[in-house]
Amino acid sequence: MGMTVVEKILARAAGLPSTAAGAVVEPKVDLAMSHENAALVINQFQEIFVGTGLAPEVWDPSRIAIIFDHRVPAESPKTATNQKKIREFTAANGITKFHDIRGDVGGICHQILPEYGYVRPGYVVVGTDSHTTTHGALGAFGFGVGATEMASIWSLGFAVNIEVPATIKIVVNGEFPPFVGAKDLILNLIGTLTAQGANYKVLEFHGETIRRMSTSGRIAICNMSVEAGATSGIVPGDEETVRYLRDESGVTEALPCVAPDADAHYVRTVEVDVSTLEPQIACPHMVDNVKPVSAVAGTKVQQIVIGSCTNGRLDDLAVAADILRGKKVAAGTRMLVFPASGRIFSQALEKGYIQDFMKAGAVVMNSGCGPCLGVHEGALGDNETALSTTNRNFKGRMGNPKSEVYLCSPAVAAASAITGVITDPRTV
Amino acid sequence: MAKVILQLGNDISTDDIYPGRFMATVLPSETPQFAFSDRAEFNARLKAGEFPAGSILVGGENFGCGSSREQACSALKGYEVTVVAKSIARIFLQNSINLGLKVVLCPELEASEGDELEITADQVVNKTTGKAFAQVKMPAARQGIMDAGGLIPYTRKLLQARPKG
Repeated sequence: MGMTVVEKILARAAGLPSTAAGAVVEPKVDLAMSHENAALVINQFQEIFVGTGLAPEVWDPSRIAIIFDHRVPAESPKTATNQKKIREFTAANGITKFHDIRGDVGGICHQILPEYGYVRPGYVVVGTDSHTTTHGALGAFGFGVGATEMASIWSLGFAVNIEVPATIKIVVNGEFPPFVGAKDLILNLIGTLTAQGANYKVLEFHGETIRRMSTSGRIAICNMSVEAGATSGIVPGDEETVRYLRDESGVTEALPCVAPDADAHYVRTVEVDVSTLEPQIACPHMVDNVKPVSAVAGTKVQQIVIGSCTNGRLDDLAVAADILRGKKVAAGTRMLVFPASGRIFSQALEKGYIQDFMKAGAVVMNSGCGPCLGVHEGALGDNETALSTTNRNFKGRMGNPKSEVYLCSPAVAAASAITGVITDPRTV
Repeated sequence: MAKVILQLGNDISTDDIYPGRFMATVLPSETPQFAFSDRAEFNARLKAGEFPAGSILVGGENFGCGSSREQACSALKGYEVTVVAKSIARIFLQNSINLGLKVVLCPELEASEGDELEITADQVVNKTTGKAFAQVKMPAARQGIMDAGGLIPYTRKLLQARPKG
């Protein structure tokens, strides 16, 4: 029987001629990514070697990437000390794919990995971050693990006892209407699948809409696949994948892409037509509580956030800047913008987007995860409401359990910043 | 036999179990103080040592969804509670097995706070209501790690079994 993309990737990585959903494999890892939680990985890694008489050495420093993004610059002495410990570890172990707190090469881990060509089609990518599903956008199998699992991978070079996931085929057709795009598609799909509808499964994306979609859009949909419970989302590598890695990441090596077999087995097929899709909103407090913007238009918002690994790329900023140019953020509403990387920040400066945001009254912050997970900055007050292009709206997510978070596209966020209420961008 | 100390609904996220603002705290000796810290009363009872080891947290579907933060597991492990849920999100389940946090999958479970449950090899018996519910076996791939007592001892054994050279 034929194989899905992930079955093919896992078979190759495990040194097997083939594999199938449900089999147990031990795939070699091509890239192992961590952020500030590397502090915990280091502890667990050292613990593994206690009493073994072996020196604690990582299996291959060239395959480990560490990117500071969750709390940059550090918000507390504790975080700064964790970052210092990680910095020392990377130096001592020869880990060169290390992105410190910098304006040139810094940024959010899920942006840095594609941007620097660390991810390639067919790779097995593991990360101590649930949004490691992002890297399926480049035709890789990316999945999140905990810190102890990462410590095990650092020492062995492979992931132990991985059950090959079954795959759901998602076929997307149609042309997006104006002001509707990849974020609306994935929110709509999560609403259809529910927050656990893809638990322990892979979402494999197909269809003319996906083929035409930029890598940036593919990143948004693979990033949020985990919000339907998916182990990973994946767009089989194609011409666009190769174009992105050549033109934007400067990769010169061969880039063989992995396609599924024609007779691959899928546990389910879901078809989506985007030609009549409205802008979508995920309402508090679950990502699968999805409604068309018309159902919640008029809801007052005190904070607008544009950015994150989901929607902080140049095309996202362009959409928002086009809407905000010459307009003002409404009184009583504050707007925070977080470009996903230093490189994107520089490009947005050159294009004039940063000036557009600042003139409109938005605050442009340094690249990083920002308020997305409520650890650092942009916390909400009691009974306040945020509208955000980020990926989660769980109770307390933005640092305050007495607040609410709605999720949307950059276009909806920008239009709503002008009015101070949730607004359909087609009406401004 | 052990008592249900908290009954939760579906889709309990790791932000609920261990809020993001405490993520800079990583040591398993320090994380338990922040378990369910946005549920202040329950957090206080945990910290007061009110619940004996083996006490049961009942979850609905998709328990532990969201972030991969392992603190959500180490914080619960600190109190040696047992999680019995209808289903458990992938990374949380994996982290639990890796850290030795006891988790039981029981899709049809009916149990309320204060009920006494007995967890057998393949069932969860609610002694208060007299009803028994089937367990779902853990993913087979994880049994070896559970048998070794967690992923650290399991990995240690693999490293020690490697030919020297």
